Amino acid sequence: MLLPLFEWFEATALGTAVRQSLWAFPAIEAVHLLGLCLLGGSVLIVDLRLLGVGLRRSAIAEIAARARPWLMGGIAIMLLTGIPLFLSEAIKCYYNTSFWVKMSTLPFALGFTFGVKGRMAADRTLETSARSRVLGVLSIVLWFTVAAAGRWIGFS
Amino acid sequence: MRSFLEWLGQTPWSIALLESFWVWPLVESTHVLALGLFAGTAWMMDLRLLGLSFRVVPVSEFRNRMLPWTRGGFAVMAVTGFLLLYSNPVRYYHNIFFRVKVILLVVAAVNVWWFHARTYRRVAEWDRDPRPPQAVRVAGAVSLLVWALVVVSGRFIAYNWFDCDIQPQPDFVNWASGCVLQAE
Repeated sequence: MLLPLFEWFEATALGTAVRQSLWAFPAIEAVHLLGLCLLGGSVLIVDLRLLGVGLRRSAIAEIAARARPWLMGGIAIMLLTGIPLFLSEAIKCYYNTSFWVKMSTLPFALGFTFGVKGRMAADRTLETSARSRVLGVLSIVLWFTVAAAGRWIGFS
Repeated sequence: MRSFLEWLGQTPWSIALLESFWVWPLVESTHVLALGLFAGTAWMMDLRLLGLSFRVVPVSEFRNRMLPWTRGGFAVMAVTGFLLLYSNPVRYYHNIFFRVKVILLVVAAVNVWWFHARTYRRVAEWDRDPRPPQAVRVAGAVSLLVWALVVVSGRFIAYNWFDCDIQPQPDFVNWASGCVLQAE
């Protein structure tokens, strides 16, 4: 049902340009990987704090607020590079289980990060607790799934 | 060196690893995912050293509380990285991106050593500075940039554009890759 849409994605000017270039895909992929580092760091520094094993002397809300611009930057880089990578091989992605695992987890990871975790971590009264630990673990599990499935797109 | 690597690549475990359907991709994936932990937390520390973020957190707290995670990430990177090298030693040895990466790793290591052995010794003087002294900021900037280049060069190892078995190549590429060409 979605296949015609993915065929259209693959035929877009951007997708075609990336596919036909020798350098474009590897170069964009490399920036995607740098985005992973930035996203990973800005997510983990908050998650480790939530678990009570990171920067414990600073308030959770403080660390979350300081990490946020880098988190936004990391997500922006991932989306801006991920879209052309996807367009260049949309039909391959359509038949790729890892792609669908990644894309069905990603909205949950984003929604959780900006919804539940974002709101709770902004609460200045939140201390290391069972509640904060659950937030940290969920965040790590969600983003790990997105990243692992993303890497596996290239193997399957 | 070359004959040692040729021998290494012929060992049964090396061949098994390179040809395995699941293990090689799993090792590679672990190598990539550990980047989020290693480079991610290293960059967060660099941002603090540069005075660009987490300015209310003392540098010593950052070092004491985050460095173990950065080190743990590095340990995973190193173990999986050596396994990947072991799976195809001759190919990586002659890969130009691998060679660039090794040089960059040396630069990064010198920067890490210099910072912890020299600059950090006087941390008490600037621990709480929102914007640390220039030597500290330089260490942060070098770390941020060099690790980024390590990641990029590492990613490009996957491409064989400049490998010895793809000829002709410019003389410089063959020299830099250490290719031994058969005389025609």
